[in-house]
Amino acid sequence: MSPGPAQALAEGFPDLSGLAVARRMRWGRWTAALLIVLALLALARAFANGQIEWSYVGRFLTVPAILDGIINTVVMAVAAMALGIVLGVVVAIMRLSPNPVLRAVAGGYTWLFRGTPVILQLLLWFNLALVFPVIGVPGLWSGRAVDLMTPFLSALLGLGINQGAYTSEVMRAGMLSVDVGQYEAAQAIGMSHLRALRRIILPQAMRVVIPPLGNEFISMVKMTSLASVIQYPEVLHSAENIYYANSRVIELLIVAGIWYLAVVSALTPLQMLLERRFARGLTGNSG
Amino acid sequence: MIQPFVAIRNVSKAFGKFQALQNVSLDVQAGQVLCLIGASGSGKTTLLRCVNQLVRIDRGGIWLDGDLLGMRVQNGRLHVLNDAEIARQRLSTGMVFQRFNLFPHMTALQNVAEGPVQVQRRKAGEVKAEALELLARVGLADKAANYPSQLSGGQQQRVAIARALAMRPKLMLFDEPTSALDPELVGEVLAVMKELARSHMTMIVVTHELGFAREVADRVVYMDAGRIVEEGPPGQVLSAPNEARTKAFLSAVLA
Repeated sequence: MSPGPAQALAEGFPDLSGLAVARRMRWGRWTAALLIVLALLALARAFANGQIEWSYVGRFLTVPAILDGIINTVVMAVAAMALGIVLGVVVAIMRLSPNPVLRAVAGGYTWLFRGTPVILQLLLWFNLALVFPVIGVPGLWSGRAVDLMTPFLSALLGLGINQGAYTSEVMRAGMLSVDVGQYEAAQAIGMSHLRALRRIILPQAMRVVIPPLGNEFISMVKMTSLASVIQYPEVLHSAENIYYANSRVIELLIVAGIWYLAVVSALTPLQMLLERRFARGLTGNSG
Repeated sequence: MIQPFVAIRNVSKAFGKFQALQNVSLDVQAGQVLCLIGASGSGKTTLLRCVNQLVRIDRGGIWLDGDLLGMRVQNGRLHVLNDAEIARQRLSTGMVFQRFNLFPHMTALQNVAEGPVQVQRRKAGEVKAEALELLARVGLADKAANYPSQLSGGQQQRVAIARALAMRPKLMLFDEPTSALDPELVGEVLAVMKELARSHMTMIVVTHELGFAREVADRVVYMDAGRIVEEGPPGQVLSAPNEARTKAFLSAVLA
């Protein structure tokens, strides 16, 4: 249906192809921006005139006790998250297993550790010596629980095992999101259940679980502050110790807050790198 | 009489209340191409999946090259084989799926090499050479480094055929291999399958491509409601069927 040269067009529809599009005034945007700037200025003025000695914030931001604290926070967050992911993967595989005993154990674990507050779990691990004065493997090795359950180990077990319960649900959702045809194709080339999970299902599940795991990791960085109740020297614990001595409560809480924000901000680009790594083959041009 | 390569005897399978297969018996000789035709829900795909043990049969038995699949007879009772034994039995069959099911996180080459390296534990270098040969055989030598998302449906299905062949199977199963393809891509997949048939691979093909069945099949089986209604050479089943149900199906498909 190519239009022939003699085709007659109706009148009254002028050619608009030469006209430029005029800029629209976006009044809503300008008003909103103005209101927000005013609110921020008011807030800044309030804090500047409030009872905060900002020089203390600057001075204590980099004192050794605070720096040690933030290092301990990061170490604990990484270690507990690693433990949580390992447990989460194992428990998710157990929950999707054809074996009813494994499924029940995995379900029970999730129920128990998601159903109790993490601070209670931390206190239980820290006070394990009250239940079992001596722990160990009979005939091989044993030790006094008081010496063994250091703040570090108690915090690692408490946070890591609790995290495992949440991570297992994230991992399970990720594994369920992979098409069942993938599992059948893996079986068809002779893979056993576990090899199909490891080689085919989990790598594809990772792409789905990284955003929620990033969320979980951010929560974990902040959840380490709970370990201050069992004397683990993370950054909030250090800040508290300093303000007990110098009474600069708000200044030191701001210092801790700045560090938490810094660590969490550093995690976002890390997550983007991981997401790119696991998106292999799933975007059209990643050759 | 020669021993059939695949022997299916009195196989029944139900999914809940739905009887997918009822007392199906069938022989496939080595080197033969058998096409299963029938309406959707007639049980042809289920039968194919039983041969690859993606579906466990309720009653009956399937023998592949003389081996009973999925079970062992001991003291007059049937014992179900474990996961590893079933995985080992699957090594002698290759399967091609309707929806390709390529592994999206691996390149075409990695898809083809995955089974031989990970499952059969063959040397990576040797497998890679063979995988490239297989990709060349299905006409995709230049797509080895591409991910499935970068390939057309027809190309993906040809990679899937190469992936199945890489395991050096004795029997190839095709589950409606062209049903998910755009019409212009069907031919390239059928061409690969015809080449495979000429090389005397034993094949069971569930298909709606009656032209392919007429040209390539040694025998055609028409199924309806979980039973085999009619079977015979393609000239007879497709051109001069005896059963009224076969005639009705063929006229509906060809209409």
